[in-house]
Amino acid sequence: MRASDTEVVFPTSAAEAIQAFGDGRDVTVFAGGTILMAARAYGRFPPTARTLMLDRAGLDELGGDGTVVIGAMTRLSTLAGSGLEPLASAAADVADVEIRAQATLGGNLCAPPGLESPRGDLQAPLLAVGARVSSAAAGGEQTEPVEEFLARALEDPRLVLAVEFERPRRASYLSQRRPHTHSYAVMSVACAETSDGVRVAAGGIGPKASRLEAVERALANGAAPEEAAAAAEGAVQPADDALASGWYRSAVLPTLIRRALEHLQGA
Amino acid sequence: MELNVNGVSQPVARHPLTSLLEVLRGELNVLSPKAGCLQGACGTCTVLIDGEPRRSCLVPIGTLEGAEITTVEGLGAPGDLSPIQAAFHQGYAAQCGYCTSGMLMAAHALITASGGPVGREQVIEALGGHICRCTGYVKIVDAVMAAARGEVDVAELDELLVPEPAEPEVEIKGSPA
Repeated sequence: MRASDTEVVFPTSAAEAIQAFGDGRDVTVFAGGTILMAARAYGRFPPTARTLMLDRAGLDELGGDGTVVIGAMTRLSTLAGSGLEPLASAAADVADVEIRAQATLGGNLCAPPGLESPRGDLQAPLLAVGARVSSAAAGGEQTEPVEEFLARALEDPRLVLAVEFERPRRASYLSQRRPHTHSYAVMSVACAETSDGVRVAAGGIGPKASRLEAVERALANGAAPEEAAAAAEGAVQPADDALASGWYRSAVLPTLIRRALEHLQGA
Repeated sequence: MELNVNGVSQPVARHPLTSLLEVLRGELNVLSPKAGCLQGACGTCTVLIDGEPRRSCLVPIGTLEGAEITTVEGLGAPGDLSPIQAAFHQGYAAQCGYCTSGMLMAAHALITASGGPVGREQVIEALGGHICRCTGYVKIVDAVMAAARGEVDVAELDELLVPEPAEPEVEIKGSPA
């Protein structure tokens, strides 16, 4: 099946998009397209009957006073300039100017794990701020913590509409990267001081980003950054990929956590 | 659908997921954007969409209704080069030329947005998504900064003509043609 065999639809509202998504089976959701178009170029566009293009569905709101709401189609370039930390720093860190203008928050959140390098750099910041994901499927719309959304199986597709969270008091984001002007993050750590305390999450250390609850508990018990970072040992088992080995990631992660916590405390 | 390329509206009848790069090169004979990696990582396909640098290999034409697309062909031509093209020529910022189209478009967008001189770090940030195998980048960055400062002698370059192919002086005898 070729990409040109899929039926392409352009819903012009969230309601139309939800209806076109249906139960999500045999539908490819096309947000920014930076992953899907590369797949298409290499003959790997998902062989679904229908492709749902979201660029006209109006899912790009950004704002809110107490609770911030960010639409799924918000471009990473917009997020990078928003001042909403730690998401803004993470978004500014992704790829380059051209990719950020096209890639979206929703697409990044839902990015399938990369074989060669980590994807979904916004997952760790969303975990750190305790974001909630609003999504739709055949059973209706619902809002759930981002940890639960990320834990959903591939066989349980949902259409992401927006994320929401309360602005943290302080936040930090740090990534460890290859020495290019613009490169993939080998791994990243996002921290946020929320009303429930400090939350710490890491990306690039598994198929999806995850919270580092051992580090959070150590901090809650008064540990300094170095001691809290050491609590992450054994908490994650990073795999090898084209950017770095699991061994390297495990060796470097505590330093990245310590520095991210120091940045947070100095912020 | 219609695609507006360098100010000219062109009818295109391809599947909406067809990439802009495929249509520019394959249908519209706009050859400046190049097919490098086809994954958005190398920058050789960069064009401007509504003035913003974008990866034409990753943009499906179905999302380009009403958009203004600009390529190198829309910046200038031999005998009428834009300042950034002139700066690249005068600064030896191109060797094989494969990265040049993308570099020019990203640089043009940077200079247009800044409206004046730009610093080295700004140029590196703006062009950082473009890979060059030949030049080592230094002369590219220098050329962009020179163009932003207006230090380009466009008049000198207006005298450069596209050379006519020379007629052979010797008739080749015995050719089967």
